[in-house]
Amino acid sequence: MATKKEFNVFMHELVPEHRVLSEKEKEELLNRYRIKISQLPQILVSDPAVVELGAKPGDVIEIKRKSPTAGVYYYYRLVVEG
Amino acid sequence: MAMQSMKKVIGSIEFGILSPQEIRKMSAAEITVPDTYDDDGYPIEGGLMDKRLGVIDPGLRCETCGARAGECPGHFGHIELARPVIHVGFAKTIHRVLESTCRECGRIKLTDEEIDEYMKKFEVVGDRKKAKDKLIKEIHKKAKERMVCPHCGAPQFPIKFERPTIYYELRKDEEGNEYKHRMMPTEIRDRLERIPDRDLPLLGLHPEKSRPEWMVLTVLPVPPVTMRPSITLESGIRAEDDLTHKLVDIIRINNRLKSNIEAGAPQLIIEDLWDLLQYHVTTYINNETSGIPPAKHKSGRPLKTLAQRLKGKEGRFRGNLSGKRVNFSARTVISPDPMISINEVGVPLAIAMELTVPEKVTEFNFEKLRERVMNGPEKYPGANYVIDPEGRRIRIMENNREKIVNELLDIGWTVERHLEDGDIVLFNRQPSLHRMSIMAHRVRVMPYRTFRLNLPVCPPYNADFDGDEMNLHVPQTEEAQAEAKILMEVQNHIISPRYGGPLIAGIQDHISGGYLLTREGAYFTRPEVEQMLTFAGVEVDELPEPDKFENGEPLWSGKAIFSLLLPDDLTIWYRNKLCDESERCDALERLIEEKFIPDPDEVRELAYDGFVYIQNGKLLSGAIDKKAYGREDGKLLDIIVREYGAERARQFLDQVTKLAIWVITHRGFTTAIDDEDLPEEALDRISEIIRDAEERVNRLIDAYRRGELEPLPGKSLEETLESKIMAVLAEARDNAGSVAEKYLGMGNHAVVMAKTGARGKILNITQMAAMLGQQSIRGKRLYRGYRGRVLTHFKPGDLGARARGFVTNSYKSGLTPQEYFFHAMGGREGLVDTAVRTAQSGYMQRRLINALQDLKVDYDGTVRDPTGIIVQFKYGEDGVDPMRSWGGSTLDVDRVIMRTLLKSRGNGRR
Ligand SMILES: [Mg+2]
Ligand SMILES: [Zn+2]
Ligand SMILES: [Zn+2]
Repeated sequence: MATKKEFNVFMHELVPEHRVLSEKEKEELLNRYRIKISQLPQILVSDPAVVELGAKPGDVIEIKRKSPTAGVYYYYRLVVEG
Repeated sequence: MAMQSMKKVIGSIEFGILSPQEIRKMSAAEITVPDTYDDDGYPIEGGLMDKRLGVIDPGLRCETCGARAGECPGHFGHIELARPVIHVGFAKTIHRVLESTCRECGRIKLTDEEIDEYMKKFEVVGDRKKAKDKLIKEIHKKAKERMVCPHCGAPQFPIKFERPTIYYELRKDEEGNEYKHRMMPTEIRDRLERIPDRDLPLLGLHPEKSRPEWMVLTVLPVPPVTMRPSITLESGIRAEDDLTHKLVDIIRINNRLKSNIEAGAPQLIIEDLWDLLQYHVTTYINNETSGIPPAKHKSGRPLKTLAQRLKGKEGRFRGNLSGKRVNFSARTVISPDPMISINEVGVPLAIAMELTVPEKVTEFNFEKLRERVMNGPEKYPGANYVIDPEGRRIRIMENNREKIVNELLDIGWTVERHLEDGDIVLFNRQPSLHRMSIMAHRVRVMPYRTFRLNLPVCPPYNADFDGDEMNLHVPQTEEAQAEAKILMEVQNHIISPRYGGPLIAGIQDHISGGYLLTREGAYFTRPEVEQMLTFAGVEVDELPEPDKFENGEPLWSGKAIFSLLLPDDLTIWYRNKLCDESERCDALERLIEEKFIPDPDEVRELAYDGFVYIQNGKLLSGAIDKKAYGREDGKLLDIIVREYGAERARQFLDQVTKLAIWVITHRGFTTAIDDEDLPEEALDRISEIIRDAEERVNRLIDAYRRGELEPLPGKSLEETLESKIMAVLAEARDNAGSVAEKYLGMGNHAVVMAKTGARGKILNITQMAAMLGQQSIRGKRLYRGYRGRVLTHFKPGDLGARARGFVTNSYKSGLTPQEYFFHAMGGREGLVDTAVRTAQSGYMQRRLINALQDLKVDYDGTVRDPTGIIVQFKYGEDGVDPMRSWGGSTLDVDRVIMRTLLKSRGNGRR
């Protein structure tokens, strides 16, 4: 049988870098913006990037995006079920 | 009065369902009589107009608060229902709750583990309504399928809901035969009562604010008479409000039901009356309930009941809360006035005498306001009302104004005086698509009947003068006036927040006039200079040295005059739209680069209309065009706003536009058909170009027919032919345009307008003078119409230039009938496009506004919604406000360095 074709979304140039935050970093993030975790933007666990990372609901993901205005822009999303 | 000073602040609003206890508690009277007034026209006690519910008739006093009509806010009453009825607004919720809970023990039909799991999920979801609704739906779906209660083991039955308010249980008897059991509201209420508080959150209900049994009404609130006043018609007959009519019906049936129950009437009769009561309560709440006929007036008009008062465009929300008719506003036709400032608005005298500004009397304005009151409402500048320190408004009239002025008016009073010059007002033109659609202007009271506005503010309002009307509002408090002045005044909106360039700027003749004033070789005599500066409102102590003498007469260059309007230390250089000899611009640029502060005479030596160089407020080279103070790319205006402030920019714009207008009117500037005259030789050249192009097209077609045409990559043979033909014809038109352009110089006013960016494009001139060129639909040559041809004047299958919409004539030479038709075909596309585009973009705009209207930038730079959910971690990802940025970045470092150097060196040398 032919080997299944491996496809990694992060190989695509239009997919920005994703990273799971550690508990400590998560804490810092929430303190920095003085927010509850439910006030973060969200991302589904079924999102291909989250699947690839293997993140679980409750994790926070840091997305390093290229920005036309700011150069590099960090965005944070809470992983949620669905 | 005491009422006047009673102010309360709303801390929070809570939504829930009224419990029977609450309804009774807030009730001032139980209403039992299905009638309103007695034969003498006096409110019946216990009736729907009971004096304890408030009063609307003058002379009567409220029996609850003791106040008179107008002061009493009204008070609720209540009706004790003989039997409970379903509240239609909750009919669906009741069905869902019944399906989700056990018919015996009332628990939600989920296992304890499931309950824990869902409770946790609710915590994660927080306040997100969408996610919450999804969870509730999921719980409902899971619970209703349980046919055995996980808690008590009781068997369950499906529940059928029949609109609008009937519920059945689909039971089975011992033999397994299905039968329908009608659940009466009493039974439903009993079941809802059994549901324990702890299960309610899973059903989306709040145990304290909305117990499910409250959705079945046992007590009905009766709204105060003040919200359903009766109207006395001219004939003296009283007409009651629709709500009152409906309440009369409810009470009548309720009483009948009660007496029948008491008399022990048969069940069938009681149920019939009960259903009738249900019908009346249902239509009282919503008379457009599907499934039942709407309650109607004697005339056949359906009644407007509670839901109808709220719903729709004219309803309470959209018609009275989101948008409402307001006082202190005016609307009339607009017309232009280039003599007033951009932040002024001309207000007709008649409007100025109707709209008023409340002004508090102090020792400083006492005399002035006394005069205003003395003038009264009929004489301008006067006043219409005075308000005493207790807040009583007194209309100023012929017979009382002397008494007011001499005896009453004092410090602490307020005078509602006529609108006067300098007052702040808001000016608006619909559709209000962006914030510049409402700006604050200063009043200039004027004769005649139109609002007057200066031309640079036409673009933000998208206004013209073909009959447009605009609205004007007068802020009534000092806070509102200050806010309007600081945030909304016209000069604060010169720079557009959309593209960061000027939006309020010189237009059309302002640009042409600026060019005529500042171009090389424009000189003016002393009387001219004095006149134009006076006209423009420029105050100069002394004219500069004349630039030259001619026959002993001193002459000033337009550049020198223009420089008088500029800030003294302004330095800037740029290539403008007139630059078509870039070597000359390069030379100047090099000079500036090398010397940094080159000698003015050295610059003048090289001066070129296409390159603007302003050194310390002196225009040394270049002519003024759209790039100076035009829309979108007016660099001069842009720099003045940013470096010298909005007020200075307003002054500059006011003066420069007037100066330009003086020049253009005194020099004379017009465009006529002879602007499109071309010499014979030019016309010959154009004909030749056309002939040549047609020949080339024919050769292409021949090659195609012979099969010798090579297809371009990715294109069929036909597409290849089309694109090649289009290229040839486009080139032909460009060439014809160039020929025309060569013969039309800056002496031609149409050309001046096009080149400076004042109005029109060169293309418009070529189409007028040389030829119209290819007409197209959706980027393709014309082909639709008859079989194989557009018009019957051509042979079927003719692919030639003329047969497919190539117009060789110009507007001036005139189009042939066929060409005219082709032109109309192309023109139609433009019209359809704009119509479709405005409709689509309008809808898109509304959707976007709906999604974004409540987002705001927080103090920490994040963009959040009202619940604090973050949308952007930094506004625009870089935290920059485009209106205050330098071409998108926070700072133009080069310019800061340049300015600093200029300052230090300038001070050192001179
Ligand atoms: Mg119009
Ligand atoms: Zn009252
Ligand atoms: Zn049970």
